[in-house]
Amino acid sequence: MKSVLYIIVGTFLGVILYKSEAASWFRIYEMFQFDSFHMYGIIGSALAVGIVLVQWIKRSQVRSFFGEPIRIEEKERSFARYIIGGTLFGLGWALGGACPGPIYILVGAGYWPILIVLFGAVLGAFVYGFLRDKLPH
Amino acid sequence: MLYQPWPWYIAGPLIALVMSVLILMGKRFGMSSNLETFCTIGGAGKFTDYFKVDIKSKRWNLLVVLGSVIGGFLGANVLSPNPGVQISEKTVTKLNELGFESAGTAYLPTELFSLEALTKPSVLILLLVAGFLVGFGTRYAGGCTSGHAISGLSNLQRPSLIAVIGFFIGGLIMVHLLFPLIFGS
Repeated sequence: MKSVLYIIVGTFLGVILYKSEAASWFRIYEMFQFDSFHMYGIIGSALAVGIVLVQWIKRSQVRSFFGEPIRIEEKERSFARYIIGGTLFGLGWALGGACPGPIYILVGAGYWPILIVLFGAVLGAFVYGFLRDKLPH
Repeated sequence: MLYQPWPWYIAGPLIALVMSVLILMGKRFGMSSNLETFCTIGGAGKFTDYFKVDIKSKRWNLLVVLGSVIGGFLGANVLSPNPGVQISEKTVTKLNELGFESAGTAYLPTELFSLEALTKPSVLILLLVAGFLVGFGTRYAGGCTSGHAISGLSNLQRPSLIAVIGFFIGGLIMVHLLFPLIFGS
């Protein structure tokens, strides 16, 4: 039953990102050119609603649907890994026009060349895991 | 309405809803960690302990990925009669100058994402490099747009703000400095 729920949530996400064109290479390019409010509106309104919902979840100490306490993990403190990793991701995001979520979504939409991007992304994750101990964090 | 492109003020709050539902299911909203799970499935644990994780604990997120693939299929084949993305005129002009004739008429540029384009080694390398940067960068930064820009910032975490600033530094360098070199002339 839980499995079906995760698939439904994913399907919902896929439709939202496809239909809002957040999965379009063109929208990402347009965002970095500051030519349209569209992507900023999506991220901004997601954040506005997200901040309220997350603060409510934390303050009300509501339990999960399955009765467990909810723990929102804090990211570890660092500067180097976020700025270097973030910049590298940004370069790839603008070039390929897709972040990980949209990569999966575009596979479903039938844009087969995105499989090359997916392969590159898995390879990149692998190389990171391999070099992890040698990189500044 | 359903068949038209969805406006930002519908999409943004719905994305926040997806994140909240995942949190209320005791999980989190993060798409890039699945890339590591794929490495584990592919046997990367043989090379470094970093990938020696119990796949069962990651199964839920793989199901979200499966759902996204289904969602992409529905979005493209059932809900969208017209794939053209109506980007701004200014953007279309800039892209035409860079050689992207498909700007404004397609969902993805056919110059990069069509099967004909794939026969060009330069396009193949470009897509591979883009993917590599996405995979390496997100794992180094510990998250992508979903994990940092949406989830992390919603939780008001400073690390996510640094990461998102990095996303924009990288994206702006790519689009403004490197695109003219890669696609221009």
